[in-house]
Formats: sequence, structure tokens, C-alpha cells
Amino acid sequence: MTILKRGLSRRRVLQTGMAGIIGSGVAPLVFTKGAWAQEFCNNPTGDTVVFGLNLPLTGTYAEEGADEQKAYELAIAHLNGEGDGGLLNVLQPSALKGNGILGKKVTYVSSDSQTKSDVARAGATRMIERDGAIMITGGSSSGEAIAVQGLCQEMGVIFMAGLTHSNDTTGKDKRRYGFRHFFNAYQSGIGLAPVLGQSYGNDRQAYHLTADYTWGWTQEESIKAATEALGWKTTAAVRTPLGATDYSQYLTPILNSGADVLILNHYGLDMVNSLTQAVQFGMRDRQANGKDFQIVTPLISELMAKGAGESVKGIFGTSNWHWNLQDPGSIAFTKSFGAAYGSPPSQAAHTAYVQALLYADAVERAGTFYPPEVIKALEGHEFDGMGNGKTLYRAEDHQCIKSVLVVQGNESPTSEFDVLNVVQEIDRDTVAYDPAIFGGDLGPAEPVPMCA
Amino acid sequence: MFEVIFLQFLNGLDKGAAYALIALGLTLVFGTLGVVNFAHGALFMLGAFCAVTVRMFLTMETVTIDPEKLSPWGAPLEVREPLVQAWLGDFGAVLVNYSVPLSILITIPIMLLVGIGLERGIIKHFYKRTHAEQILVTFGLAIVAQEVIKSVFGPNPIPQPMPTDLRGAADIGAWLGMQANVITYPVWRLIYFLFAGVVIGGVFAFLQFTTFGMVVRAGMADRETVGLLGINIDRRFTIMFGLAAVVAGMAGVMYTPLLPPNYHLGMDFLVLSFVVVVVGGMGSLPGAVAAGFLLGILQSFASMNQVKAIFPGIDQIIIYLVAVIILLVRPRGLMGRRGVMEA
Repeated sequence: MTILKRGLSRRRVLQTGMAGIIGSGVAPLVFTKGAWAQEFCNNPTGDTVVFGLNLPLTGTYAEEGADEQKAYELAIAHLNGEGDGGLLNVLQPSALKGNGILGKKVTYVSSDSQTKSDVARAGATRMIERDGAIMITGGSSSGEAIAVQGLCQEMGVIFMAGLTHSNDTTGKDKRRYGFRHFFNAYQSGIGLAPVLGQSYGNDRQAYHLTADYTWGWTQEESIKAATEALGWKTTAAVRTPLGATDYSQYLTPILNSGADVLILNHYGLDMVNSLTQAVQFGMRDRQANGKDFQIVTPLISELMAKGAGESVKGIFGTSNWHWNLQDPGSIAFTKSFGAAYGSPPSQAAHTAYVQALLYADAVERAGTFYPPEVIKALEGHEFDGMGNGKTLYRAEDHQCIKSVLVVQGNESPTSEFDVLNVVQEIDRDTVAYDPAIFGGDLGPAEPVPMCA
Repeated sequence: MFEVIFLQFLNGLDKGAAYALIALGLTLVFGTLGVVNFAHGALFMLGAFCAVTVRMFLTMETVTIDPEKLSPWGAPLEVREPLVQAWLGDFGAVLVNYSVPLSILITIPIMLLVGIGLERGIIKHFYKRTHAEQILVTFGLAIVAQEVIKSVFGPNPIPQPMPTDLRGAADIGAWLGMQANVITYPVWRLIYFLFAGVVIGGVFAFLQFTTFGMVVRAGMADRETVGLLGINIDRRFTIMFGLAAVVAGMAGVMYTPLLPPNYHLGMDFLVLSFVVVVVGGMGSLPGAVAAGFLLGILQSFASMNQVKAIFPGIDQIIIYLVAVIILLVRPRGLMGRRGVMEA
């Protein structure tokens, strides 16, 4: 009371007190870079930082997983300043210095997801909780990607998806903590349909065989929509189990179904098996409705083309990237990867490598590993030099918008690697779309969940 | 519609041939030695890997560096030359092309030794144990075999190409005087079906028309009496175990162009094959063969779009559904013998 009598009102005391509380509580967050220390999952405190590689090293997509692993190891070496630097030399703009990330050396742990969503989720959990992974990346199946990015959202760890092509990954199942560099089924449809119309005409009857999970469903939907817009009719769409090996029972009904095009919504070993067996059934030698019977594989990679051998010659599909593109980024990556492993990189390897670099670059630009700041650095980020031309990491759905390739099985390969030809490069404006069409909700970046 | 049904029938025969071949070997072992051999699927897988090994040897290469040519990544090009072709010229190329059928020649002695070794080394010690213990031991053996294969060949499937002349489809419709290109079926699948027929016929003929077979059949009916006649029935049964391993191994070899083998191949077939044996009747050779083809054909027809439109997913469960029905109606299976696996 005495103090009040000296000229300090109650209001003044309360104001001073509040200012003190706010000042002591908030000011460090405003003025101190990295003030969120210890307040997010696996905040690296030592001189290393751990990437968690979730890779299908066995199962239907094992070949892609093995190539992704090589790419991540190469990316980590380049981030740490080893080797020829690869795409660090051509990424524009770039905050990468070749001394790790924020001066911390990058290391990794890996887990075999077995091309199974539940195993992928368990592996990611283990790498986050036990191994202290700051970021999870990898996967060659959309089922895995969706399962893992949901987990990462719950645990507050950023997920840089590997090979995932379902519309749902950045559509109805998109998450704030999940980012996809790879293109999607809808973009495959936009890119592929005009080429199919030009090559096979607008009066066709298509029969779909579809892998029975999220990716297969959305690819079937997108390719049906795109081909029906051309004037094609869909005779039937039959689901096949993921990992099926004998397709004879699914192929025989096609022979007399009235269809003159078979569309294989399969990937990895499934596609190698179904395509090879379709050719064994004589489908490419048949005539139907007075036309040559055709087979289309909307998503194809050089690994699958190599596995399918002769069967893939002349067959159309789409790819995210191809090693024989002649831009500086593609040349640099093919050179680095080929020198390290003795074979050119696949599209799976490319997207894995690029995702690792983009995460590292975003952390450098944010100046912190704090996930919400890294997310901000990635959202709406535009870059070039990674082999797909100018690319935008769209903020609305975390989908990279970039050019897409239409490819065709090479009729006269000059080497064991020369299995696909790039027929057309579809520019990014053509394959861009309104993110609202697939719905979904990214969810919040903050408050950051704690993983342990 | 006739074409669709005919093609599904062919598919059924093709699947049934694989089931019947494995079930035949399982039944041979059970009928002679009374052992429920859960390692039989592993023998199918080992046969498949005999084919993989033969091809690996036939496709060994020399690697030289050609400094004048560059790889896509700018390094001097590695030039690979197949050794067998370099040594044997066109004949070497033929050997490589026909590596799968040629593997049969190597597989027969290998699988015979594996079968006899397995029986003498491990299985004979469990003849007087319960079926549950036999299943545990043979299942353990199957896991060991698949882990060994996994460590040597890796976890992923290894495609085995069929001979180039036997790729593509045969125009069966044209053979039957119908319009060309209406009923076509892959040549190799027809070969597999014929091969299965020859093997099954050979096993039956061996048991039916040779003295050895006659003694074995007598031993299957009454082991003690045959023994009392001074015949070493155990030795003959050991050879039958080897024969069952050879049948499984050959089936595995010929299946490799249809399904790239991996370490898990045996397990994939094992469960289905046991269902086939149970449906056919434990210990009945004709029952195993008949049930193999029956279930193969039913599975094929169940996968028709018209059937799945009425019963979604029926193709995945039809075999087990039929097994339940048959075992309810005929508890000993289609041709099961009284007293076999009955307390």
C-alpha cells in the first residue's frame, strides 16, 4: 500500500507484472534462434543427425527399394561433402554447403518394409523411437507411404515420401508432415491419354487389371477418366491381389471379352509378371475389333522394363524421370550414381536422392531442425536443377508440380540399360491441377507432437 | 462363352498339374513311411533353385574394359562375354537357351541324394514319434532350407526365361478346327501340363508294373508281413523318399519360367498341397492327383468375372471351402483309406 501511495497505481503494477511474465516467457523464443530446443521429437543434440530410411528390400517392390537405398547412401555422402557432390552442384537455389546439415554429419538407419504397410509403420516407429531419426524417408508403395506419413504426423517427424504414385498420398490422405516429390496417377492420365489417342485412335475398348490397394484404385480411376475422355470405353476393371504371381486366371477372361487394349495398373514385380504372362498368352499378336491388341502400363520404370525384357518393347507408360534426359541435373546424377554403382539410376533412386537433398536444403534455409519451420521452408518452395525442370513444392497439398515423361519400351536397345525411350516431356503447367479436387486436410504443424 | 470356359478349364488343368505334382510326392512319403513331411514344399523350392544354379553357371561372363567406348555415366564401357558361348559357340547358346529343361538332368541326381540324405540323416529317427512331432521337425527343416537359400541367393525372385522357341501362345482353336486366335494358350503352360502328366504316369507305372513298385505297394499295405518275407522294405521306402524328392524337384524346375523362384516358394505351395492331400485322402496316390486337378479347375472357374460378380472374393477361398465341404461329407477325403490318420 505504501508503494501505491508513492505514485504507483494498481493498474501500473499489473501492467509491469504482465510485461515481466510475457518478457521472460516469450522473448527467448523471439530473439534466440533455435529457441525451440528440446521441444520436438529427436532434436539432434550431438554432432550427427540421423535419417530413417524405410525401404522395401524384400517383396513386390524390392528392386525399387534396393535402388532407393543406393541413392540415399549417395545423397548422404554428398551432403557430408564426400564424392563428386552430385546434384548439390546444380540445385538452384541452394543453401547446402556440403558439411552435413547445419554442420552436423548425416548418418542413417534403415528398415526393410517388406512392401507391407504394417511393417513399414512398425519400422518407422522403431527408427523414430529407438534410433532417433529426425526425418523418415523412402518407400515404394503408396500403401506404405500413407501409413507412414500418418504416423509421422502423429509423432511430429517429417516424412519425405519415396516412390508413391497414388492420388491419395497428397489427396485425401495428405498430411502436414508428409511431402511428395514423385508425380501421381492423375498426372499420368493427363500425360498419357493424348499419346494413346494419337497412337491407337479414339475408338478403343479397354480392360483394366488393377493392383488391389490405394495406388491401383486411384490409377485405374485416373486412367479410366483420361481414356474415356478420349472416347475409349471400359470393358471391365478387375482387381488383383498385390503380390500375385500367377495372372493366368485374370488374363484368360480378357481374350474373348471384346477388349482391344489391356491396361495393367501394376507396378514392380507385379507388372513384370502380369506383362510377361500377358505376352505369353499371345495378346500382342492378337487382333480384336479389327485392330491390333495393345497393352499399356501407365506407370513404368526402367527396372521393370529390364525385368520384363522383350515383352516391354513398344509399350507406352509414364515416368517421373529418366536417366538419359540431357539437362545438367540428370547428367550430373547419372554420372555420380553410375560411377558409384555401375548402372544408371532408376526413377525410384532419383526421387529418393532428390527428397534427401530437399529436406537438407529446407533445414539449412530454416536454420533449424524444428519441423514446423522446415515445413514452412518446403511449402511453396520453387527450385530447379534436379532433372525435372522448374519444380514447385505446392503448399496446398505438398505435391511437387513439375514435368512428367511419357515413355515407350525401346524396340532396339543399344545396351542392357537402354530399355525405355522418352517419347514426350509434358510440361508442368499441363499436368498441374486444382489440389481441391482430391480433398483431404493437411492438418496442423503445431503444436508439435512429442514422439516419446 | 465356350472359349472362355475352355480357357478357364485349361488354366485349371495347369494349376492342378502343379498341385497334383507336389501332392503326389507328399502322399508317396506319407503312404510309405507314414511321415507327414512339411519339408516337401522346400524340396519343390530346392528343385527350382537347381535351375537357377545351372543358369548361373551357364551365363557366367568374362568382363573386359573397352577404353574406346563409354558407359551412360562416362566411364569406360565394361564388355561382358558369356563364357559358355565363347567356348562352345552356337551349341553354348543353345545350352543357355534351354537351361531350364536341361536343369532336369542335374536336378534328378541332386534331389535323389537330398531326399535319401534327409530320410537317413533325420527323418528316420522320428518314425516312431507322433505325427505332431514329425510335423514340427519337418517344418523346422523347411525353415532351415529356405533360410539357407535366402542367404545364398538373396530374398528376391530370380526370373528364369523359358526357351525362346517355346515362348508365346499356341493356337489351340485352330488345332481344333475353330477360327484362328480365338483359343490361344501359352506354350510353356501346355508343356508343364504334359510334363506333369508324364511324371504322374511314370510314378504310377513304376509302382504298378515293376517288381520294386509291387514290393513298395505291398509294404504300404502291410509293412510287417513284407518284412517277415525277408525283404528289406526300409531300404525301398528310403528310395521312395528320394523319388518323392525328385518329383518335387522336377516340378519346381519346370515351374520356374512361370513363377520366378524365391526362397519362400515352397511355403507358398505347401499349405495348398496339404489341402489337396487331405481332400484327396491321406495316403491315396490317385486321390492326391484327382484332388489336385479338381481344386485347380474349381479355383480357375471361381476366378471368372461372372462368378466373382455374384460371389466377390470367391477365387481366394474356394479351395478351402471345397475342402471343408468334402471333409464334412467324406471325412477320409475323396479316396482315403480306412485307418489312415485315424485314432
